[in-house]
Amino acid sequence: MRENLPVLQVVVPLLAAPLAFLVRRPRLSWLVALGAAFWAFFAALSLLTGVLASGAIGYEIGGWEPPWGIEYRIDELSAWVLVIVSGIAAVVLPFARASVEREIERDRIPLFYTALILCMTGLLGIAATGDVFNVFVFLEISSLSAYGLIAMGQNRRALTSSYQYLIMGSVGATFIVIGIGLMYSMTGTLNMADLAERLPAVAASRTIPVAFAFLAVGVSLKLALFPLHLWLPNAYTYAPSAVTAFIASTATKVAVYMLLRFFFTVFGAAFSFEVMHLDRILMPLALVAIVAMSLVAINQENGKRLLAYSSVAQIGYMVLGISLASVLGVAAGVLHLFNHALMKGSLFMAMGCVMYRVGSCRVEAMAGLGKTMPFTMAAFVVGGLSLIGVPLTVGFISKWYLVQAALEKGMWGIAAVVLLGSLLALAYVWKVVEVAYFRPPPDGPGVREAPLSLLIPTWVLVAANLWFGIDAKTTAGVALRAARMLLGAGS
Amino acid sequence: MRLLGYFNYWIVVALMMIGFYTMISRGNLVKKLVGLSVFQTSVMILYISLGKIFGGTAPILLEGEEHVVYTNPIPSVLILTAIVVGVATLAVGLALVVRIHEAYGTIEEDEIHVQDDVM
Repeated sequence: MRENLPVLQVVVPLLAAPLAFLVRRPRLSWLVALGAAFWAFFAALSLLTGVLASGAIGYEIGGWEPPWGIEYRIDELSAWVLVIVSGIAAVVLPFARASVEREIERDRIPLFYTALILCMTGLLGIAATGDVFNVFVFLEISSLSAYGLIAMGQNRRALTSSYQYLIMGSVGATFIVIGIGLMYSMTGTLNMADLAERLPAVAASRTIPVAFAFLAVGVSLKLALFPLHLWLPNAYTYAPSAVTAFIASTATKVAVYMLLRFFFTVFGAAFSFEVMHLDRILMPLALVAIVAMSLVAINQENGKRLLAYSSVAQIGYMVLGISLASVLGVAAGVLHLFNHALMKGSLFMAMGCVMYRVGSCRVEAMAGLGKTMPFTMAAFVVGGLSLIGVPLTVGFISKWYLVQAALEKGMWGIAAVVLLGSLLALAYVWKVVEVAYFRPPPDGPGVREAPLSLLIPTWVLVAANLWFGIDAKTTAGVALRAARMLLGAGS
Repeated sequence: MRLLGYFNYWIVVALMMIGFYTMISRGNLVKKLVGLSVFQTSVMILYISLGKIFGGTAPILLEGEEHVVYTNPIPSVLILTAIVVGVATLAVGLALVVRIHEAYGTIEEDEIHVQDDVM
């Protein structure tokens, strides 16, 4: 079984998805989804340990040798992303049961879990595959199910935000297909490793830079890089709580993974940064994202929307690290993938707890919650500190590496913007904390603390925030190895 | 002559821009989806044009004829997948438009914005 893990990782959840629908009963379909998520997490962990011990694992689907057949290829980076996606799914699903029963009509719950598992399958597939067209197929699996999931939000604006995401997401995906088609027309191959070998010979043509541009725009749409982020705030705000927690901590991360894959593994760092100068466009956009989106976050009146804008800013940090194109910079980006998943996961789950008891995520509605829902708000505070980058949390580790990477290149201005971003994060986290702790709760029947089935998963992620903030040796080690692999393969 | 030789690609570019412009400029949600479909279709033509060889046949191995020129089947097969994806996207999009119509009573973008701002 071990040698089949790369494909079982994706196939088992794919089969679990229709099963979750066929069992019809909400509780049973939840169990199916939970089983699939735990299986994926177990498979991802054992793949990661396998990759760390003995290098990349390849799997030929149907026994067809690459580059003719489709190859699944798990290296340090893909195993890392697999762990992030499946780990977040394994934490969000226990949380989802109570939250979903409150927010979604009973007869739609099996469909909800089917879509959630399909979304996870798509994201896992993108990370596992070594074939560029396969990336597109899995991207569409995850996106289509995400549109459905977002549309299940209670507010009718969930429908329009899902529609907006569908239009922008499809444009992004189509751009990616155009890029893949143009690459295929010049090289006659779709296998990533094979493409990497054949592209340098034809890189001087006009087709390859065009393919590069289409892929850059398509992937940037998917990862919500400023100013292509317009779909994200509404989608995160109006989606059901569990969906926001899952998608916010995985979907954009996998898009960042695609960015790394296409521009480091397929095109190679030398072509992407020395010939095409990708950094000249990524770096300014990332810096603007960090400052502008943090400022916009400060002005938000809805807690989920505030965190959504903060997500766009945080994506800026990841892209900033990548745009430095040094081992430390890319490592900082890869590290922030994991760390940001932990922070935003715990913050959005805390918001889910508030939604469960208060029925609203408006900042005003949170008055006095510090007293009435102490554990929920404490989770929010720790998550918020992590977002700011206070020592002993994962946020600090990310920023530490990012600042180091900037200083290594002598870019003091960038280090200053990173610190400015932290200050702005303090402002928007404080906005929620102030209302929750220093305003009296409204009169009338008080709200109670969220049930344990919501609190435990939230606190598991909060604990992970602290754990990997104190002991960053494992996470930073994997990130550095992945960065070396990415940059080594390209030059 | 050179320009005519690229006929397919001119069509691709034209369709792509028509679709893209429709998506951006129209306020009607169904028309936006029509634009998206045209946009996606242009990519299908692009792929199929890439694989086509003049005088090429289907890639079937025939006895006695070993050096047959055939059209590359892979782009066609890839685009078969993309057609399925496109149909699914359109279906999800239209389903959303139906739900939006139920919730708002309109499928004009500006009227939806007005209703959202009033709330």
